Formats: sequence, C-alpha cells, structure tokens
Amino acid sequence: MSQNTKRVRYVLKRLLQAIPVIFAILVVNFFLLHLAEGDAVDVLAGEAGSATPEYMAQLREKFGLDKPLPVQLVVYLKNVLSFDLGYSFRHGMPVTELVLDRFVPTLLLMVSTIVIAVGFGIVLGLLAAAGLNTWKDNLISIFALITYATPLFWIGLMMIVVFALKLRWFPTSGIENVVMFYEGWDRVKDIAHHLVMPTITLSLFYLALYTRLMRASMLEQAGMDYVITARAKGMTERRIMFVHVLRNALLPVVTMAGVQVGALIGGSVIVESVFAWPGLGMLAYEALFARDLNLLLGIFLLSALLVVAINLIVDIIYSFLDPRIEVS
Amino acid sequence: MSFWQLYRRNKSAVFGLIILCLVFIMAMFAGIVFEDDPFTLAGKPMSAPGTNGFLLGSDTLGRDVAAGIAYGARTSLLIAGLATAVAVFVGAVLGGLAGYYGGWVDDILMRVTEMFQTIPSFVFAILLVAIMKPSIQSIIIAIAVVSWPAVARLVRGEFISLRNREFIQACHTVGMSDIRIMVKEILPNCLSPIIVAGSLMVATAILIESGLSFLGLGDPNIISWGFQIGAGRTVLRSAWWVCTFPGVAILLTVLAINLVGEGLNDALNPRLRTRT
Repeated sequence: MSQNTKRVRYVLKRLLQAIPVIFAILVVNFFLLHLAEGDAVDVLAGEAGSATPEYMAQLREKFGLDKPLPVQLVVYLKNVLSFDLGYSFRHGMPVTELVLDRFVPTLLLMVSTIVIAVGFGIVLGLLAAAGLNTWKDNLISIFALITYATPLFWIGLMMIVVFALKLRWFPTSGIENVVMFYEGWDRVKDIAHHLVMPTITLSLFYLALYTRLMRASMLEQAGMDYVITARAKGMTERRIMFVHVLRNALLPVVTMAGVQVGALIGGSVIVESVFAWPGLGMLAYEALFARDLNLLLGIFLLSALLVVAINLIVDIIYSFLDPRIEVS
Repeated sequence: MSFWQLYRRNKSAVFGLIILCLVFIMAMFAGIVFEDDPFTLAGKPMSAPGTNGFLLGSDTLGRDVAAGIAYGARTSLLIAGLATAVAVFVGAVLGGLAGYYGGWVDDILMRVTEMFQTIPSFVFAILLVAIMKPSIQSIIIAIAVVSWPAVARLVRGEFISLRNREFIQACHTVGMSDIRIMVKEILPNCLSPIIVAGSLMVATAILIESGLSFLGLGDPNIISWGFQIGAGRTVLRSAWWVCTFPGVAILLTVLAINLVGEGLNDALNPRLRTRT
C-alpha cells in the first residue's frame, strides 16, 4: 500500500471513531435538555402572563414534550442533524443563527491564544531545559507555577486595572470601537488592539502548561539513544539540542494543544465575560443571566463538536509530523 | 526515612504546607475574629483598605472584604474537599472495577471517559449548575461529575498493572473473594498516586468553584471568593481592592495545594525524585 492510501485510510478511520463520541454527546445534551425543559415551559408560560393549563399543554405539544422519551430523542436528533437547535425566546432568534453569529469572535480569540500560548510555551520550555537548574530555569518554573494557580478572571480584571484604567494602553472591553466607524485596515488594527488583553489573559494558563510540558519533553528526549549517537559523532551540543531534540520534543506539545481545546473553550467563557468580548462565551454568560437554557445547551453542543473537530485535525497533522503513528 | 523527613526535603512543599495551614486556621477562626455574618453591612461602603476600621476595605454595600475572605475560605475548602472526595470515590470504584475485570466493563468505561475528555468540562459544569439551580450541593455534584474520569483512568491503569502480579495470584489461590482482593490487596498498593492526584484535584476544584461563583452560579446564601470578585468588578475603577484581595486568596491557596501535591508526590514516590 502506498503512503497516501494509508494516510487516507487513517483519516477515514479517525472520522469513523468520532461518530460514536458525537452521538454520545448528542444524547447527553438531549437528556440535559429534558431535565431543563420542564422549567422552560413554566418560564415561558409565566412570561406570557396567561398561563392556563390549556396553553401549557399547547406549549408542551409544540415542543413535543407530551410524546414518550425515545420519540423525543429521535425528533431531537433529526432536528440537530438539520441544524435546528431550537429557538431562543430571549433573543427572538433561532439558536443556530445566534451561535453561528458569535462563533467568529471566539474563533479569533482561540486561534490567537493557541498561537501565543504554544509559541511562547515552546520557547520558554526550551530555555528552561537548556539552562537546567540555572536561575533562568527556576524563574520560568516559578512563573509557570504561579500562573497555573491564578484564576483567569482575576488576571483579566487585574490587567484591566493596570493596563486599561491606569496606563490607558488598551481598551477595557469589547471587540471594536463601534462609534469610530473604522473601515479596512483601520478596523483590523482596532480589533487587534482590543484583542491583546483577552488573548494574553487566556494564554497565560496554557502558556504555563505548555512551558512545563515542553521542558519535561526536552529533558526526556535528551536522554535518548539517538542523542548519544549524535554526541558520539562529534556534533555540537547546540546542534543536538536545537535540531534533533527540539523536533522530537515538539510532538507531545502538539498533542496537548489538541487535548486542551476543551479547557480553552471553558476559559473563553470566563475571559469573554470579563472583557465583554462578543463571542460564544459571552453569549453563554448572557444566557446564564436570562436563564435561557436552550441557548446554553446549543453553545455546549457546538463547543463539544468543535473539540471533536479540532482533535481530528490535530491527529491528522500529527500523522504528517510523525509517520510512526500509522504503524501503531 | 520517615514520611515527614522525605517530605521536608522539598523546601517549596514545606512552604506550601505552611500557607495551607494558615488558610485552614483562617477558615476555622473566621467566626471568632469576624463575629458578624460576612453579608452584613459593616460600615461605610467602598472604604479603602485601612480606613474606617476595614483592614482590606469594604465593598459597594459596605461589606467587610476581609471578613468575606475569611468566611470564603470555608466555602472554598468545603466545596473543593467534598467534590474531590466524591470524584475520587466514584473514580476509584469505576476505575477499579474496569481495571480488575477488563472486558466489556472496561470498554464501556473507556468510552465514557473518552466522551468526558471531549466535552469542555468547565462549560459542562456551568450547564449542570444552571440546570440544577445554584446551591452548594449542585456545585459539588458538577465539579465531581467533571473530575471523576481522570481518577478512573488513573486507578484503572494501576489495577491493570497489579492484577496479574504473583501476590494477587496467591490471593486467588487461597480463595479470597474479588472484592476483598480489590479493597484489601490492590487498593492499598495504588494509594499513593491516588492521594497525589486527589490533592492536585482539590486545587483545580477551587479554581472551578471560584469561576462558577464569579459567573453568578455560586450558592446565593454563602459568601465565596469568586462571588466577591464578581460583585466587585462593577466598581473596578473606583474600588480595586474588592476584586484584588479575594483573588490573592485564591492564588495563594491554589498555589499552596499544588506545592503540597508535588511534595506528596516526591515523598510517596521516592524513585521518581532522581528524575527532573
């Protein structure tokens, strides 16, 4: 079999493996929805003001709540597969539309965070491993330890106090300065300016994680046989470190980047609500306040699917980086 | 060497233990130092630290920030401790059964933990608390639900590596029951990784709890650090201290627990210490 058909097979296999996970997530989501829905009808009826039993029954019928549970599940799955996640009465919009609307800012925040966290994490981890047990290593380790223990929302608020309120370097909140009506490059610059603080806040925790991981990974690789071989061939330490060890040490960091995406989404709920960044996390925060559980479940579903998708992509990238993966 | 002698060799772990003890003392004596309920209006609102008799200032309603921090320590430790206990218990039981019996029990458990690892755990916790209505119980349940799979995987791995050892085969030969083998023979041998993982999990639980109560999902009748910060963020411009000090409390507590966890790891797994 050629290398390419093997790779296609691998990708297909991973796609197939994702299906049961997605199905399980949908079922969990359905049962949570079911737990919550009783309230939804009560809440809606209460809001309408005239909550006659007939009206309640009508609402239940509309949501299909009078049917047996398995039928409801099938209806729900059918709806989800046709991208129908229900209706958010607070926003007066279908959930799918709302969620997709807010998806782009979140994606922007997450991509910039991953780039910063993984990039700086690799550099810091490399520096720490290269200067093992020197002041550099200790300083980086202490930094990682502290950021690992700090709640994200608190870092965000403290950054607002220092960099937005006292120094006035960055805006306190939002994604852009709407009243300025920027266009073209000015608008991009404005959004980038707003993006700095949320990105740094969200990156810090993961930066600590990747730094520790990279350091550990470098040290592990440094003890491998191929390093001894390289040394025996008379290669310089610098070349061994930066060419041979570095490449191999990167692999676990790439894997972790995929695994951590779920946590990153959780973190973005916090960071977006601190900086009023109008993404999915902010939408979730608003939905919490309005007790709009249907919307909250839609966000949860989308974020879970996002994690599945990103893990899939990471695995595929991984198979290019590390050809051994196909053997196992 | 005794356990304490091993533990003491890690200086930062000792430092963590001291901080953690101080937090415990603060939680224990909160009621004696601050006699009033932390929700009571103790004086002039928005007093800066050190003024009007407030060591760490007061918030928008004149509540004492220092009292809130002292009482909040109880909330954080209570919720994190109980949630971890539940998660470790559930994880150990399920992971132990899966690891010991293997086969379909194991298959199902692994699929379930895979799913849990895919679901964004903090968002899941938010959803659970929102559905169950915010209360101490629902927060504990939510944190336990998102935390047990990690314990289950750990315990499963330990059980798998131990179940075919000679001393376990010997137990089978003398006719010991499965439950007895699991509880009396295998479990004590994998206690140290469970203790280490559990102690680190308390730190994560405190972070999750503070995040939930920051978002307004805390128990409305009980003060907590996350709640204090959430309530103070609207006056960030004029009263920075309301948000700042509870955050320092979270940071120090979580840091201390992480250090203690690492210290326990070094002391309980002496073979690991030579590795960096």
